[in-house]
Amino acid sequence: MESLSNKKKVLEVKPLNIWERAYLPAIFKGLAITMKHFFKKPVTIKYPEQKREFSENFRGMHSLKRDENGRERCTACGLCALSCPAEAITMTAAERQKGEENLYREEKYAAVYEINMLRCIFCGLCEEACPKEAIYLDGDIVPADYLRKDFIYGKDKLVEAPLNQ
Amino acid sequence: MELTDIIVKVILIVIVFAISLVIAMYSTYAERKIAAFFQDRVGPNRAGPFGMLQPLADGAKMFLKEEIIPTRASGLLFIVGPSLAILTACIGSAVIPWGQKLTIGSTIIDLQVTDINVGILYIFGVVSLGVYGIMIGGWASNNKYSLLGAIRAASQNISYEISMGLSIIALLLVTGSLSLREIAEQQHGFWHDGWFTWNFFKQPLGFLIFIVCAFAETNRTPFDLPECETELVGGYHTEYSSMKLGFYLFAEYINMFVSSAVMATLYFGGYNFPFMDSLGLSANWITIIGVIVLFAKIFAFIFFFMWIRWTIPRFRYDQLMNLGWKTLIPLAIANIVITGIVVTLLN
Repeated sequence: MESLSNKKKVLEVKPLNIWERAYLPAIFKGLAITMKHFFKKPVTIKYPEQKREFSENFRGMHSLKRDENGRERCTACGLCALSCPAEAITMTAAERQKGEENLYREEKYAAVYEINMLRCIFCGLCEEACPKEAIYLDGDIVPADYLRKDFIYGKDKLVEAPLNQ
Repeated sequence: MELTDIIVKVILIVIVFAISLVIAMYSTYAERKIAAFFQDRVGPNRAGPFGMLQPLADGAKMFLKEEIIPTRASGLLFIVGPSLAILTACIGSAVIPWGQKLTIGSTIIDLQVTDINVGILYIFGVVSLGVYGIMIGGWASNNKYSLLGAIRAASQNISYEISMGLSIIALLLVTGSLSLREIAEQQHGFWHDGWFTWNFFKQPLGFLIFIVCAFAETNRTPFDLPECETELVGGYHTEYSSMKLGFYLFAEYINMFVSSAVMATLYFGGYNFPFMDSLGLSANWITIIGVIVLFAKIFAFIFFFMWIRWTIPRFRYDQLMNLGWKTLIPLAIANIVITGIVVTLLN
């Protein structure tokens, strides 16, 4: 059948000439190519000592942010948990008591905030959903561990370090 | 034989044995490192500085691994296989002249374990025994992949031994001697009577055939069909574990070392180097430099073995047989004829 695209090309299979059948020239060419690679610099990044630089929009471990006075921004609205496609986030809300104004910015705060790092797919929808700019995926790679329960990160691991310390 | 002679020989044997083992050990390291460089990688670099202790770590691992002998394997032959492989690999180096004579006081030390007048035939005998280790191991494993690997090894070694022998016949026409010591002595210096003394320049085609056959005899890529991981899970040593596997791997590297030494001796002047007479050094110094030169040549050949490994892909089985029977044997015979004519005319 005639091809419509007109891109069909009939290739001619030529028998090898004596020079090509001798193999040796091709082998020497190959040896030259491998020798060129021998003197090339290795592309390896020696991981534990060296680290590849992350791109600017790399999404790593979550951190719960504080505002300019060092108060936790999270108000436990649950939008992040709602938006999470992997259902990795859960939290328990609590009311701010008198005298805690320097700890929590809003009147309601998250008493417990847990992210299951084994469920999390690092899509970043939680940081998009957050109305308080309280959660960002700006951390490092989540480190390895031995037990599943140790991958459920609570506030102790997620909340940013206080300002004046 | 006097007592001092025997002591000197024993010391020499121990040294040669130790050197071939150490070189085989560090060939594994060199192989991994060189492979890495050819592939733009770094290679082993964790055990010791530059990973220099890697062979020790590997050896320790080999010794500590569980030793598995399959229930259906035939017990004795399963152990005989790797033993034979390493034995034949180790005794091949007995006839290689490592250097000229050393003179210490009144004793003259011949840097060769034994100078038998059929040295080349001895090496051929030992090399063809080597296939028994593979054959027995593959057969005793009672595993289809092992057996296939063993059969491949046997047929490949037999096919390539023929053209290897034929290429040597042409060399013998030139040298007129079967003793490796005499062949090495004939290649003294580098230039004599308007032509190179090294046999490579007298027998370039013979050397080409010989080196191709040496690759096949040592089961190195592109002729590593007996142990191709991709087709046969590991070939003849599929069922082997711990140090018995280590012996097989070790035997391959010792074979590589010995065949490099044979090639350097037969074709590249052995311990001879250019301008060795015009340096004005004492005989002992020339001998010591000669030994170093010989080892440099051997290392160059070992490097070439590894270089080829990362350049040429494995042959298909029919291509292997075609190359052996239809190309190398006619070429070797033509080489004999041409050499014979030239030798007759020159005499």
